[in-house]
Parts: sequence; structure tokens; C-alpha cells
Amino acid sequence: MKKNFFIIIFFVFGLTQKSFAYSSDPEQFIQEIVDEAKKILVDSNTQEFKTEKLSELALKTVDIKGVAFYTLGNYRKELNDKEMEEYLDLFEKYFLKSFTSRLTDYSEPKIDVVSSDVLNLKYTIVKSLLLGTDKKPEVNIEWRVYTKNPEKPLIRDLIIEGLSLARTQKEEFSSVIQTNNGDVTKLFITLKEFISK
Amino acid sequence: MIRKIVYITVFAFLLQTNVVMAGTTGSEELKSSDTQNTADECFEGFSRAMFKLNHGLDKVIFEPVAKGYRALPTPIRKGTGNVTDNLRSLLTLSNNLLQGDFHKAGDTAVRFAVNSTVGILGIFDPAARLGFEDHGKEDFGQTLGRWGTNSGCYFVLPILGPTTARDAVGLVGNVFLDPVFHVTHNSEVHNALIGNDNYSEHNYYYYRGTGAVDFRAKNIESFDSVEKNSIDLYASLKSLYLQNRKQKIANTKSAVETQDDSDWEELDTN
Repeated sequence: MKKNFFIIIFFVFGLTQKSFAYSSDPEQFIQEIVDEAKKILVDSNTQEFKTEKLSELALKTVDIKGVAFYTLGNYRKELNDKEMEEYLDLFEKYFLKSFTSRLTDYSEPKIDVVSSDVLNLKYTIVKSLLLGTDKKPEVNIEWRVYTKNPEKPLIRDLIIEGLSLARTQKEEFSSVIQTNNGDVTKLFITLKEFISK
Repeated sequence: MIRKIVYITVFAFLLQTNVVMAGTTGSEELKSSDTQNTADECFEGFSRAMFKLNHGLDKVIFEPVAKGYRALPTPIRKGTGNVTDNLRSLLTLSNNLLQGDFHKAGDTAVRFAVNSTVGILGIFDPAARLGFEDHGKEDFGQTLGRWGTNSGCYFVLPILGPTTARDAVGLVGNVFLDPVFHVTHNSEVHNALIGNDNYSEHNYYYYRGTGAVDFRAKNIESFDSVEKNSIDLYASLKSLYLQNRKQKIANTKSAVETQDDSDWEELDTN
């Protein structure tokens, strides 16, 4: 009886874990994310629901901290611990708003994962194709997957038709800082304005 | 004709050299290794003003026209896009040859011949079904890039939009290399006229304008998304433009092949 009880507990626990765990294979990992996003982006779901669920998805699958560091570039060395904490908090809010806003424009996107290239132990590029519609052309999307922990891959960049979103953000942040005479805290103000929009 | 191309090439190299000596704005002095993939600004204040002007014109003219164009039935839009692409392929052919890419030049020439005849003036694309792949557009700016010319500094032109010193020279070069321009402008070559009275300069600008509207219509959502999610739209578009030009010159769609990945390597978060 006791043995059966443990088996049931183990089984239920295993199932629960399975429902939250993504594949460790980068291609499969992206396919699972794409499938999940597609379910969220069905027309019948409200905008609020889509935003909430996409945010949850991003928090689980994107290395937001890594992207935040990358986006700030060398300026991150100028921040003290308190400023860094504030930046990471602001960046997460900014990122989630920007990420969900970009995706909610798509309705049930059809994305096929095509192949992947292992760059090194830390990075794999997964290639996929967003199928075209009557009004929109087909789009190549590459996902930079961070694989330092092979059991838990995370997304670090989305490269659309060869254009890196992370690099674009990085150059945007750099421009804001430079036009404010190198004052990084002015970036915080800009991020706050964006978040509150 | 050849002499004109030589002049343009020489001018491009001179411009590139001058760019190194161009003055910098306050913001440029702060550039670090972070921005090594970013071209210097030629005159940022002027460029930002032109950017605002272009953005305003886009809102008032180009975007509404593109939206109207998109309301047309799909076969009409697709056919129109195919016709302008087919005419544009002649400029691509010139540049394929200048880049010494004879395989692509062959494909481009066959595509033009097949699509202009069997494809009824380019409305349809039977060449693709016959296995002649569209390798993408080429222009003289890309050719200069393939020849090793650096991009030079970045600026924004009124109406024409973002460019670099190299690509601005490329724009002028395109005019000389585009057979459609010569046919519609009845150019004189070796005392003989190219073209005839059936075509006028207007035809050239209609073709270029239609191509621009078709491109804008295909990218309405993408433009809106970038605009909505940018904290500095000018910087965003500059970054996207420069990344795109690098891809095109390298003839790749993979950012990994054209960008310095060292920034990613030093970031460990788990």
C-alpha cells in the first residue's frame, strides 16, 4: 500500500514537473515555445490574457538578465549595485512590455523550426520560418539559445531576417546614453517613460 | 559610361578617406568598443532633422498610399510587385557582373528573359518554377562593399532615407548602371540613343515609386512594431539599416556571420 502510494506521488510529481519543463534539445525547446505561443495568440483570447501568458512564457524561457547585461554593454561597469538592481528591474518590465507588444500583433503565427547550428558549448542558433500570408511575406527567424546549462536552455536573442533585436536594442540604449552626455541614469528615465506608456 | 563608373568609384574612395577626418559630435566621442559595428555619424543633427521630416512625410503620404495599395486584390499586388522586381533585376544583373558573380548573373539574366516573355512582362514568375532561383537584389553600394569599400559615415537623406557615404555613392552609381534608367531617359551612348519615344522619364519614376510603395505595403506591421517599441526610433532604424546592409553585402541572412559575437561570450548568468 505504502509502495503504491509512493508510486502515485512520484507519478503525479513527475507529470507536474513535465508540464513545466521544456526540452533540453534547443530545436525541440524552440518548437515547444512556438507551439505554446501559438495557443496563446488565438483570436478568441483577450489582449490582457495574451499579454499575461506571453509574459509568463518569456520569464520561463528568456534569459532576461543576460539580455539586460548585453543591451547595456560596457556601461554596466559604471553602475553600482543599487543602480544595477534598479536597471535589471526596469529592463525586465521594459522587455516584457516590448516582447508582448511585438507578439500580440500576430494572430496564430505559423512557425516551422527548420534546423539548428551549434556555435559552441554556450550557444546554438535555431532556425525557423514564419510562414507568409496574403498580406505578409515569409520571414526567417533565428533564435540564439544559451546552452551553458544544457539542461535548461534559454533564449538570448531573436534574429529576424538577419536583424538582431538584441543588437538593435543595445544600439538604441547606447544612443540614449550618448545623447545625454554618457549619463546612464537618463536611460532609466526613458525606460520608465516607455513602461508607463 | 565606363568613365562615369570610374569617376564614381574614385569619388567613393575619396569620400571614404574624408570620412575618417570628419568632425565628431559630442555623442560620438563617447563611442566605445560597444559600438564597433555602428558607423559614425556624418552630421547627426542634420540627420535627426531629416529623419523627422521623412517620418512626417511617411505618416502623411507614404503610409496612407501603402495602406490603399494593400487594399487592392492580392493578384494585382503580387503582379505589380513581380513587374517592378523584374525590371529591378536588370540593375541586379549589372552588379552581379561587377561583383564577378557570374553564376548569379546567369540566373538573373535567365529569370529576366523568361519572366519578361513567358511571364508576360514580369507579371508572373515562371522562372522560379523552372528552378532559376531569385538570389536577391544587388545595388552599386553593395558592389562597392564587395570590393572592400568601408561604409563610411551614416546620415539620413530627405525622402530617400538612411544611407552611408558608400551607399550614397552607390545611389548615384545605380542611376548609371540601371538599364531601365537609360531606356526611359533616352540616354546617348557612343552617339546612339538607347530607348525610343515610347518611354519617358516619368516611366522610370513610376516604376521606382511603385517599387517603394510595394515594399512599404509589405512592411506596414513591421514598421509599426518598431515604432511602437522603440525608445529612440532614429537609433533603432540606424541599427536596422546598417545590419541589413552588412547582410546584403555578405550575401547572407544569418546575423552570426556578420556580427561580432564577442559581446555575448563574456555574459554568464547561469
